[in-house]
Amino acid sequence: MTDNINDSDRAPKAQRGQVIDKPDGVDAIGAQITITIDDNEIKVPMGTTILEAAKTAGIHIPTLCHHEDLCVAGVCRVCVVEVEGQRALQASCAYPITSPLNIKTHTPQVRRARRHVIDLLLSKHYGECYACFRNNNCELQSLAKEYGVDFFRFGHPEKPMFEKDHSSYSVVRDMNKCVLCRRCVRTCIDLQEVGVLEAANRSNETTIETFQDRPLGDVVCINCGQCINRCPTGALTANDPTDEVWAAIDDPKKHVTLQTAPSPRAGIGECFGLEPGTPMTFEMNTAVRQCGFDKVFDTNFTADLTIIEEGTELLLRLYKALVEKDETVALPQFTSCSPGWVKFIEHFYPEMLPNMSSAKSPQQMFGALIKTFYAEHHGIDPADIVSVALMPCSAKKFECNRPEMTDSGYKDVDYGLTTRELAKMISEAGIHLPDMPKGDFDAPFGEATGSGVIFGATGGVMEAALRTVIELVCGVKVEDLFEHANILPIRGFEGARMVELPIENVGPVPAVLQSLVPSWDWLKGATLKVGVCHGTANAKKVLDDIKAGGAFSECHFIEFMACPGGCLGGGGQPIPTTPEIRQARAKAIYAEDEAYGIRKSHENPVVWELYEKFLTDGPCGHISHKLLHTTYTARGKYL
Amino acid sequence: MSTELTFSQIEKYAGVKTAAAGGRADILATMKTAGMRGRGGAGFPVSVKWNLAAAATGPDKFIVCNADEGEPGTFKDRLILSEYADIVFDGMTIAAIAVGAAKGILYLRGEYVYLLNDLEAVLARRREDGMLGQNAAGREGFDFDIDIRMGSGAYVCGEETALIESLEGNRGEPRNRPPFPVDTGYRGRPTVVNNVETLAWAACIFAKGAEWFNGLGTEKSVGLKLLSISGDCANPGVYEFPLGVSIADVLTAVGAENSKAVQVGGASGLCIPACQFDRKIAFEDVATGGSVIVFGADRDMLDVVDNFMEFFVEESCGQCTPCREGNEKLLEGVQMLAAGKCSMKYLKELCSLGKTMQVASKCGLGQSSPNAFLSVVEHFSDEILGRTEGSNA
Repeated sequence: MTDNINDSDRAPKAQRGQVIDKPDGVDAIGAQITITIDDNEIKVPMGTTILEAAKTAGIHIPTLCHHEDLCVAGVCRVCVVEVEGQRALQASCAYPITSPLNIKTHTPQVRRARRHVIDLLLSKHYGECYACFRNNNCELQSLAKEYGVDFFRFGHPEKPMFEKDHSSYSVVRDMNKCVLCRRCVRTCIDLQEVGVLEAANRSNETTIETFQDRPLGDVVCINCGQCINRCPTGALTANDPTDEVWAAIDDPKKHVTLQTAPSPRAGIGECFGLEPGTPMTFEMNTAVRQCGFDKVFDTNFTADLTIIEEGTELLLRLYKALVEKDETVALPQFTSCSPGWVKFIEHFYPEMLPNMSSAKSPQQMFGALIKTFYAEHHGIDPADIVSVALMPCSAKKFECNRPEMTDSGYKDVDYGLTTRELAKMISEAGIHLPDMPKGDFDAPFGEATGSGVIFGATGGVMEAALRTVIELVCGVKVEDLFEHANILPIRGFEGARMVELPIENVGPVPAVLQSLVPSWDWLKGATLKVGVCHGTANAKKVLDDIKAGGAFSECHFIEFMACPGGCLGGGGQPIPTTPEIRQARAKAIYAEDEAYGIRKSHENPVVWELYEKFLTDGPCGHISHKLLHTTYTARGKYL
Repeated sequence: MSTELTFSQIEKYAGVKTAAAGGRADILATMKTAGMRGRGGAGFPVSVKWNLAAAATGPDKFIVCNADEGEPGTFKDRLILSEYADIVFDGMTIAAIAVGAAKGILYLRGEYVYLLNDLEAVLARRREDGMLGQNAAGREGFDFDIDIRMGSGAYVCGEETALIESLEGNRGEPRNRPPFPVDTGYRGRPTVVNNVETLAWAACIFAKGAEWFNGLGTEKSVGLKLLSISGDCANPGVYEFPLGVSIADVLTAVGAENSKAVQVGGASGLCIPACQFDRKIAFEDVATGGSVIVFGADRDMLDVVDNFMEFFVEESCGQCTPCREGNEKLLEGVQMLAAGKCSMKYLKELCSLGKTMQVASKCGLGQSSPNAFLSVVEHFSDEILGRTEGSNA
């Protein structure tokens, strides 16, 4: 996996993976070293940590501050082991093996130390497990169980010390449950390069704070929620609107719709004990109806619509730039589906906002259509519609609360639910999701394509866009260029990648696009260069590269996703998250894509029906501009 | 009051000139013969550290002088820097030749800012004298200069990797080791971090000879050592002793009578009761960075350990669990003892916790912070147990 970023400039070295120089006499990188762990002799490549080595030997070492996605911290000291010849115990997560070692992982001293560490953490961890959303999914709880904690050796807080911070639309912080593992700090600064969280103060007064300890809603947080996914306890949660959603469902006057994004389907099974990557799309439809939602729609429909709108916008930009030689046109065009990414660029690269596609995210396009097109055609008063979105994302909660997202005349999307929150609602309704019979999506947006599904994985938006561009513009079948229409070069987990697509022939261009520009011949012989990037730390690298005139500045179109792995690794997805889990979810998403009868956005008949009946002046026309496009705010350090 | 220090007999530049005339291999060989162990407290062999840094690859290497003297009860580095700064800079220059460093940094304790102007003046004079800068010390191709950087008052920044973090502008928090600074130090470059006194003795070794140094002290702890002696004694001050000196001899020298205990090594050191005053100050027995605090017959040992634990609760960096939370628990324990509310069972639990802290903490601070607590509980149980609220010993 290469979506780990351990070399950010901003993380202090004390908490960063450090390069291990090979000692003299050791030649090749990857030299093997023989070590002994609990009397097992094994060979490991040089630089392997004791923790990794133990794993290969099938030996379990407990961890807390360690996370596969993050740089080394070595602060919790739960993973200590004995290394022969060393007086002190060593943190196995932080100890790189560069010489033959004899390691013992569960001596009396080690067990005593681990137990003490757990006891000390519990002495500061306020709260009862049964009143916590992480009950049964908490690493501190698991450790306590593993080490047989049956009393509080060093006490337990009786009163909360901190007020819960509800100021953010997306993330709730309850520092009473914080165990100072600093995973959130490392996630924010190292994985995402946002850096709104940092350890403040010293010793037993250490806390994780925002700038000047301001509420999270008042700092430059991008709401990606990656910190939630990596918090071992319940200190970080998403802002949960399930009470409001239940209230709407229980109100007979309200027409409650749920649109569901592709990634939650690939993840929600994990909340019900299924293996990561078990798709639950159609079981979920039934469950959602049983919960009482009036309609369940497929967000993939507006993903297809996004492709048409964003693709059209790109072609128009390219025409202006390449044919009309208009130097004010900003290229490359950036995708705008990921609200965490949107807020990232608004805060940190406001000068590059002209590059952003003005197309709304699929969630917000859907919201605008439900309260206009759908309401009109079904004779429902939009005031009575409660539009709920199931998203793998915490930033979507902020997005639907943006003041500009009211183009329908109402709040376009009323509530954003995370995968975890819907799983909770389903459980609350007494439903065991895997047992549900399959159910379809509701009309009129029932039809969707495989292209919409792959929006959930990094590179998916770009693959969907390419499938459409190849067919609409080049006049060839995607299958002729890529087997099964799987554009494999764009897939994968590499942090930032580029693909070039030579356009040998043009047209015939379909009628609906023909009128956009006088001629399409200018594209003949051009090479379309596209980029894909996930995780905002990678986004920062790509943006800096563009500013410096590097390789990415020659791209025409770049997909950006705030979260590592794309939406399937979103901040609203089931906890935990690891590279392996994200890979399994991606597999499920690509499998679902292959299962679709229609794989390409432009072949979705309902999309064209919509342009015919409702968005009558075509892609990027006036109506679509009013409902499906948006503007951005150059926030900089302001909010 | 102080004894006459060897440093006062050493001419400035003398050590550097000898060293510069030899060269890298000679310097490393001399240091090996001298057999000095670091004077900061941990006692790591200096020649090993220099050899490792000399062998490390990479263009930029750094010599850092750790002048963040923060251990309660030590003030010998302050004396050395105010009166014998040249010898310290001599030592840094010698180390730089040995490992091939172009840059030296003196990390000065925040509270010693009043020394800054004088030290800068010494550096300026050394530059004028050709001892720093291009072809320093008359050595062709040896470009070396020294910067002074100020600490900001954090005790933990005396720990070498926390010091390096602080130099880089980060929170002063110890790094994971390995890798060690000699390999991956300041800005990821090979870095030698030596205590002020270590570097000063290095200069003396080159001025007076490795055999002279090696002939003093004990077999495992050679050479001389400065001790900062304070507390209940007639003549506190900085004293020079050969390593291996007994605590009793030290006490006699400073005019301490009827002492109940001696804290050797500062807050993180050991509390030695009167019955063990025949023990030696040496790496193989009672090691110290230089702090010796004498407690007279009237001292309340629980007050003493309360003071030390408060210090650690204040100064822990807060990074690792055993140190961050453990010190607080030990301090609470001391207060419970003072109030007569600590059960024997819980006291045993706290001692066990202390032992965990000694092995499971991330750096030397947390690993040594329970020392005072544990040694007072071990040696003075009669005095600290059985108290009632408001009572004294």
